[in-house]
Amino acid sequence: MLKIEGLFKQFGGFVAINDVSFELAEGEKHAIIGPNGAGKTTFFNLVTGHLLPDRGSVAFRDEDITGRPPHRIVKLGLARSFQRINIYPRMSVFENVQVALIARERQELRFFRLAAGLCGPETNELLDLVGLAEEADELAGELAYGKQKQLELAIALAENPTVLLLDEPTAGMSPSETEEAIRLIREIADARGLTLLFTEHDMTVVFGIADRITVLHHGEVIASGAPEAVRSDPVVRQVYLGEEEAADGAA
Amino acid sequence: MTGRMTRPVLIACLAVLALLALVPLLESNYLIDLFNEIMIYALFALSLNVIIGYSGNVSFGHAAYFAIGGYTMAILLTTYQWPLLPAFAAAIVFSFVASGAVAYFCTRLTDIYFAMLTLAFSMLVWGVAFKWRSMTGGDDGFVGVDVPAFIAERAPFYYFSLVVVGGAVAVLWVICHSAFGRALLAVRENPTRAGFVGINTRLMRWWAFVVAGTFAGIAGALFAMVHRGMYTESAFWTESATVLIMTLLGGMFSFFGPAIGAASLFLLERLTNEYTAYWPLVLGTILLAILMFLPEGLAGLAQAVRRQILRGR
Repeated sequence: MLKIEGLFKQFGGFVAINDVSFELAEGEKHAIIGPNGAGKTTFFNLVTGHLLPDRGSVAFRDEDITGRPPHRIVKLGLARSFQRINIYPRMSVFENVQVALIARERQELRFFRLAAGLCGPETNELLDLVGLAEEADELAGELAYGKQKQLELAIALAENPTVLLLDEPTAGMSPSETEEAIRLIREIADARGLTLLFTEHDMTVVFGIADRITVLHHGEVIASGAPEAVRSDPVVRQVYLGEEEAADGAA
Repeated sequence: MTGRMTRPVLIACLAVLALLALVPLLESNYLIDLFNEIMIYALFALSLNVIIGYSGNVSFGHAAYFAIGGYTMAILLTTYQWPLLPAFAAAIVFSFVASGAVAYFCTRLTDIYFAMLTLAFSMLVWGVAFKWRSMTGGDDGFVGVDVPAFIAERAPFYYFSLVVVGGAVAVLWVICHSAFGRALLAVRENPTRAGFVGINTRLMRWWAFVVAGTFAGIAGALFAMVHRGMYTESAFWTESATVLIMTLLGGMFSFFGPAIGAASLFLLERLTNEYTAYWPLVLGTILLAILMFLPEGLAGLAQAVRRQILRGR
């Protein structure tokens, strides 16, 4: 589905992504993990067209999409959510999702088609799916944090993607919210046959969803494979255990 | 800014239309002229708000398209003796094309850079109007526009204005509440996210600018006819500032806010001038008060009051 070769990106002198090659198979639920600053979000931004790579290529279904703007990549069926809340705060929850549908149906330059009720049934269906049906008329900016995350997911799903990229879908959530979110994501991915690529720092989330894991460290891939194999990989253990020891020492 | 026109809003619109239609019955030239001016500036301010309120950019040069519409109308009607309809159509086309060309450059930028570039282009338009004396009359203005006989009198022209402004505002309302308008709001709210749901944000902002410029051109064309002339001041940056103040005063987060702002500003100015010559001082104070206490303008204030009342029940 997604094939990335020799991706390289530096900011000033700092190498954020160093020669990353990576393949995503259809139907896979693939997690990218790594300590803070490992380059996970940068990697996402490179794949989705938010940033331009210095070197390397991104291909989606054998089509080279390197350097294309986000709005064109999305149209191919590659949608994403964001780690930091990224919604339309002064619009209603309904409108937040509706706009994604308007864009998907290429209606955004219809000047004389009233928006009221446009894509209404599908919008409500999506809100139902992520459990936001009751909040449809509230301002998105006034939702609780966890609900905004769900809304973010609904917006990404509205694009009817075949590949969904989720950047830390449970970041900032309480343990119970996290559990609920995992269940939801897994359900939706299964029901819609989505290929899933997500970054995460919470290991329970990772092992709860992923059937493949890639470990990023200092912008490089240090391991990739089935969850069990990655868990027992000595290099990975050293990176993570080393971190934990350091954290314990600091505390 | 939600999608459907609620019943109270619709009733208010019809009431305003009816009241405006009654103005000529008062047989006061002063009032007819005043309300004609208010209607034209209401349309002008509403058009600017497509850029400000809907696309989320501030234009400091919106007077340019008002002036282009006005000069086109004046010159075609008078110098070339065109009939009304083709001249009006040409005024619309000219402001469409001019704003389209300028928008091509301006929408590459955002924020203050966008605002400054709109200002620069408007000064360019002003410069052309000022220097091209043989065509525009330069700083003496283009005086003596030939207005077709059937609307040459005050009252008939007033009704002509009412129909044109009413129609234009209705079309603008539909555009602002269309699928386009909704997507434009998303661009204002969060351009990054809008891009990631597949919206070409630059193209959307281009269209917003062009819609705004075209409707400003319609307002300008009416202005040239009601004043029987067109003057360089109409292209000057202070004119852009005036219409910007109207928009802020009325409220940029409401469709009708800028129209309320235009009416308020005109009425306040006339009222102030009855008592004192210090209108700019009053204007400055009002502007200060809006920015400090009413960032969403009069329309925002009205909405807040209504929410309070509903809550109190």
